Amino acid sequence: FFQYCLSGHPTLPCNVLKFKSTTIMLDCGLDMTSTLNFLPLPLVQSPRLSKLPGWVLKDGSTFLDKELKECSGHVFVDSVPEFCLPETELLDLSTVDVILISNYHCMMALPYITEYTGFTGTVYATEPTVQIGRLLMEELVNSIERVPKAQSASMWKNKEVQRLLPAPLKDAVEVSMWRKCYTMPEVNAALSKIQLVGYSQKIELFGAVQVTPLSSGYALGSSNWIIQSHYEKVSYVSGSSLLTTHPQPMDQASLKNSDVLILTGLTQIPTANPDGMVGEFCSNLAMTVRNGGNVLVPCYPSGVIYDLLECLYQYIDSAGLSNVPFYFISPVANSSLEFSQIFAEWLCHNKQTKVYLPEPPFPHAELIQTNKLKHYPSIHGDFSNDFKQPCVVFTGHPSLRFGDVVHFMELWGKSSLNTVIFTEPDFSYLDALAPYQPLAMKCVYCPIDTRLNFIQVSKLLKEVQPLHVVCPEQYTQPPPTQSHRTDLMIDCQPPPMSYRRAEVLTLPYKRRYEKIEIMPELADSLVPLEIKPGISLATVSAVLHTKDNKHVLQLPPKPPQPPTSKKRKRVSDDVPECKPLKPLLSGSIPVDQFVQTLEKHGFSDVKVEDTAKGHIVLLQEAETLIQIEEDSTHIICDNDEPLRVKLRDLVLKFLQKF
Amino acid sequence: MTRECALLLPGVCAALADPRQPGSDDTCLEKLLDWFRVLTRFDPTVNLVQDNPCLTEFITSVLALPEPSPSVLSFALRLAGILASSEARFQHLQQEQLLARLFGRDGPLNSALWEDASVRSGWVAGVHTMMHHQPALHFLCNGGGIDVIFTLQGDPSLFVASAASQLLVHVLTFSVESETTNSLSTTDCDWPACAQTIIKHIEDSLQSSSASHIEQSLKLLTSLFGSCRATWTKVLWLGIAKQIKSFLMEETVQVQHMLANLLLKMAWSPVFSDTEGSFWVLVTSALEHLTPVQAGPLAVGLLSLNKCPQDVRMQALTVLLQPMDCILRAASQPLEYPGLLDESVSDPAAVESLLSSKSSCASLLCQTLAHLEQLLSLIHLPVDLPYASLLRSLLAILQFCNGFLSPASPLGSTISRILIHCFRVQKSALDVLAALSERKGCDALLGNLFDVLLAYLESPNTSPTVLKKAFQATSKWLVHLRDLSCSDSQWQRTEKILEDVFLVLQKRLCSHCWEVRDSSLEFLTVLIKCLKDQDEFRQSLLSSEVPRLTENLLEDPESYVRASAVTAVGHLAFVTYFAPESPVTGTQYNKENTIAKLEEILSTDSEGFPRRAVISIFTKWLRQSQLEDTEQFVSRVIQIVERDLDWEVRLGGLELIEVFRSQTISQFGLRECPYAPVSSAVTSSAPWNEPLQTLCRAKLFGFLFRSLCDCDKPLGQRACDILLVLKGNFYPTGTPRDSQGTEDSPAKPSIAWLERTLRQGSLAHNFPTDGSNGVDFQDPESMMLALGTIDFEDLHDELNRCSDHMEKSPQSLLQDILAAVGTIEENEADCY
Repeated sequence: FFQYCLSGHPTLPCNVLKFKSTTIMLDCGLDMTSTLNFLPLPLVQSPRLSKLPGWVLKDGSTFLDKELKECSGHVFVDSVPEFCLPETELLDLSTVDVILISNYHCMMALPYITEYTGFTGTVYATEPTVQIGRLLMEELVNSIERVPKAQSASMWKNKEVQRLLPAPLKDAVEVSMWRKCYTMPEVNAALSKIQLVGYSQKIELFGAVQVTPLSSGYALGSSNWIIQSHYEKVSYVSGSSLLTTHPQPMDQASLKNSDVLILTGLTQIPTANPDGMVGEFCSNLAMTVRNGGNVLVPCYPSGVIYDLLECLYQYIDSAGLSNVPFYFISPVANSSLEFSQIFAEWLCHNKQTKVYLPEPPFPHAELIQTNKLKHYPSIHGDFSNDFKQPCVVFTGHPSLRFGDVVHFMELWGKSSLNTVIFTEPDFSYLDALAPYQPLAMKCVYCPIDTRLNFIQVSKLLKEVQPLHVVCPEQYTQPPPTQSHRTDLMIDCQPPPMSYRRAEVLTLPYKRRYEKIEIMPELADSLVPLEIKPGISLATVSAVLHTKDNKHVLQLPPKPPQPPTSKKRKRVSDDVPECKPLKPLLSGSIPVDQFVQTLEKHGFSDVKVEDTAKGHIVLLQEAETLIQIEEDSTHIICDNDEPLRVKLRDLVLKFLQKF
Repeated sequence: MTRECALLLPGVCAALADPRQPGSDDTCLEKLLDWFRVLTRFDPTVNLVQDNPCLTEFITSVLALPEPSPSVLSFALRLAGILASSEARFQHLQQEQLLARLFGRDGPLNSALWEDASVRSGWVAGVHTMMHHQPALHFLCNGGGIDVIFTLQGDPSLFVASAASQLLVHVLTFSVESETTNSLSTTDCDWPACAQTIIKHIEDSLQSSSASHIEQSLKLLTSLFGSCRATWTKVLWLGIAKQIKSFLMEETVQVQHMLANLLLKMAWSPVFSDTEGSFWVLVTSALEHLTPVQAGPLAVGLLSLNKCPQDVRMQALTVLLQPMDCILRAASQPLEYPGLLDESVSDPAAVESLLSSKSSCASLLCQTLAHLEQLLSLIHLPVDLPYASLLRSLLAILQFCNGFLSPASPLGSTISRILIHCFRVQKSALDVLAALSERKGCDALLGNLFDVLLAYLESPNTSPTVLKKAFQATSKWLVHLRDLSCSDSQWQRTEKILEDVFLVLQKRLCSHCWEVRDSSLEFLTVLIKCLKDQDEFRQSLLSSEVPRLTENLLEDPESYVRASAVTAVGHLAFVTYFAPESPVTGTQYNKENTIAKLEEILSTDSEGFPRRAVISIFTKWLRQSQLEDTEQFVSRVIQIVERDLDWEVRLGGLELIEVFRSQTISQFGLRECPYAPVSSAVTSSAPWNEPLQTLCRAKLFGFLFRSLCDCDKPLGQRACDILLVLKGNFYPTGTPRDSQGTEDSPAKPSIAWLERTLRQGSLAHNFPTDGSNGVDFQDPESMMLALGTIDFEDLHDELNRCSDHMEKSPQSLLQDILAAVGTIEENEADCY
């Protein structure tokens, strides 16, 4: 078993598993942190951004000043943002048979894989994953395509040039692999290769492997996967949550008895408890609005936003915020809010029961009805007519590099009354804010990451007890900024096996068994012989028939009749020739008794020597050696066939035949 | 015993002994026994049993029953014990041969009923009450009763086992004290026979190999040394000291956990604490040999003792501080700070191993912290603690708990791993931190201290209960900060800390968790109460958003929060509207608006807590003379309050009236105290006129008189108290009641009606609300007449009489029991 690790990002994994004869890709996350090196894409002409000075090298050379701009001591690439793809060189991705997707955040690189590598297989994902994944891709493509940029910078990527750049550009990895965003047709083509699956549905892959998605409790339709054959079970845990939020709870029981458990997608902020953060979010929001300021929440169009809206639904009246408008701006805002209400079977129990009342499972329906929450596809159009301040705006993208959020950062950044509250944990908020400096607006970091924390992981591992754990290397040591927090790492026995980007792991598990079926007629013909109490043996002579990774033992063909005619034997006969069977021997030879027997039969000069593996019986006169070992006996005599046969028969007396 | 009771008693006894009756109510039986205890307590004569032969007959008939109910048999045993508590009655019962049948070998002791714990418990209780005279003691010893008690020490019922142990202590004490003529010397072992049996039993058990027997004897000794301080206990001790010491040293029997308590009880006894020698050596040895968890309670007990040798005290201090010392060492670089303890006197291995185990770390720390808090709460601490190091250690614990401390040692890493997010330890540590604020010597650490506290106040990971404790500790230390001498740098630091505190408070006031909003408001109130006179505090508070956010919370959906907001706003007013030097601008409410807002809450809030808070704030404001036009104000408030359905709000209204009365009386120069000499200025004609008019205009008499008949008694009592004081104000002692020219008042008939109404008791329903009976509560003349005519003293007595004084009498108890029997009989009749 091999695991090819194509992504180094622990929460945006992309691994390929060679399991038996199949090649399975587990997730294809897209690392978007590369976009933080680029200048934001403003929706309306931003004089501030366009006036940023070009970057000049220490020696005064200015050849990069068109590509790189400087803002408050940081250098940014002035070009269309690019993304860091999973490794494509480690193995031939066209050989991937299937791709298993665990949640909508972990499929953002899908078009790059399916449309660029010659991939011909199938992608498996749940329906909400596909639908919401589509929304995320649509929003991404839309946000980038609506701000066309004439210029595309590539000079800085030259290795010689990159070395001269200031950090973090200098240290950016694999810049040559960075790609521009895919297009909508590519998204559609990629999504058309997806086959929808439901939780606990068993999917056979070529008869060799069965894969099953399980609820992971993290997002609508999010799954963990079980990949198993008859004797091996690999669990793939990615982005799971034990908290009670909107999705169906995590199915832990089915992960038991795994030989290998691949663990990815743990919380990115292990020190921030999501409940505390939601509280923090509400307090800061209320405080800002009460002081007459606006609140900007950069977010994805699906996921935690549902929980935030639900929390605010309960909170706004108590906090006296009933008159403050909440705006949700995204090209897919409407679809996201509506989709969430129709995936009843994927929701937690509480929300499912609401559907039968019938009531909308999420209270944001009521917020919309009462006009407290309004949603718009973009800042243009209706929004500009309805816009009232102070207000709260939810919009993307959380990297602050593209999407409507760029506009609000430019608009509200100058006033200290306003607050931007970061709730998505994917981007460092300080890096995200860097091109907007100097900034008067208040910044609050309340990352809400409901994925498993290390305490929960340790409980989970105790509960499901996998034989081996495989995880990204980041999880095997404390976070670099808090090296004393040894509680913030995976602690299990045996210690987890870790991987990093572009590494190939041999999974610590050997195949020992394969299941083979025996045809009934063949089974009928077997006559087991009890060789020890409770253990019976039978010899089987059969033809092993293997097709679609299924193995069947069939009756051997009848021994060929002695040729009645002198016709030439057909060479192309595909039935293998069947030789007469020799009996199998079992048992051991007690040396003392054997010597006595030899003496009875007239060998008087018997000598026994002990060796490391057994004994050598020496018949000096006959110049013959009998080598007795645990699993073999050799009679060595020079060209005296009658003697050999005699000795053989004496040996055989001590052994059982069947 | 009254005649009525004497008549009822035979019936009751017969009913109780009647096997056809279902088991009587246990409470009734207990009350009956209480009554007999009262009857016999001061009367040793035989009269009770002689005059009421039904009592002995009852016991006889219970004994004659083939299968008495366990509860009745238990009752009979306890009753017999009470009756036999005097020698005369004991002899009487002996003559009737009842005691041997009850408590002897042929009694319940050897019957199947003994299986029932209540019977065994009754037996022990009976013997215990009886054991007040020699004959009883001899009866017990000669009848083999002592052995029964020995057995009962190990009874499966913990109540019986504990009672048996107590009984042995009592018998031993009684035997030694009643039968010994010469005081015992250490060499003299001439114990009375009974005492000797018990002491031998103790010694034998201690030497046995059975842990349970040893435990029983240790329990007995603990309770003996705890209750008896006579010198003979020392003689007893000398006989067993060696054995006890061996328990400390040898680990063959696991009874160490009981030794701490035993030694502590002994340390409190002057018999042992006075001695120089061996006892304290043993205590020191116990401190060394017991595990830190076992030794902790002993150490803290010793440290709160005044009479304790200094070296023992130091040893106890070492035990107590060792976990804190370990924490400090684990948290800091070697030699960075002096530890809490001198390394040469302490071996930290045991504590270190406990602290590095997940199962024991938190509990050991919590125990230690609880002990420290207990010590710090003592006003006169007989020992000086190293406060600064203690504080440093506490801060380390708190930082371990929130993951802010990089440990400097492997032990530190382990502890940090265990303690992260441990709320239990956080709460205990914050409690000690708060207690430490009253001790001196920590000022050098104030910076670190507030850093840690602010980190707790700020962190979203702080749980609401921990936050509350953090608020309490912060307020205590802020008060401490105020009391420090004010240098310039000090002043700047205080200002910065206050600024940070208010910034955090601002956010917490907007929390989505109501408990957090509530404790934030409480914290604010405490701060204002303690610090309102401090300029820096007022400036920081008023320049923050806190006042405005607090006023917003008057409309919080959670009633507890509204109540706390009312209290906070009420106190805030002392810093804003009522403080002439700091005019407030920019808030939603000015003084008038705030009063109006609070009145609105008082009249419309659906929950009681906010309304109670409003009335108590109004009273506070009035008491501090912060309001103008008080007459109008009080009148408005009273009219709102008197309709309130919550009696506590109405009671609050009466408090407001009392404050207003007191102020009005002194304002007009009337005497507050009815016995004070009359000043010449007010002896002019009708001195009562103006104040009475004021009180009448404030409409408080209607409320007062109505409250007299309120169905909630505390209101009646309070109203009556106030009316009595008013009467004293307007009819000073010596003034003839009807000398004010009201003889021919037209109000007379209505006041007579009022008096009649009040005399009829609680008549809340038909009390006039509209004055249709002609009582005009706003007419000064009528009120003067009412105050003069109505006998408030009598009314006061009546109101103060317990409402169940009828039901509590023994007669009613006996009637109740009989009534229950009667019901049964009626039912029986129905069956035919």
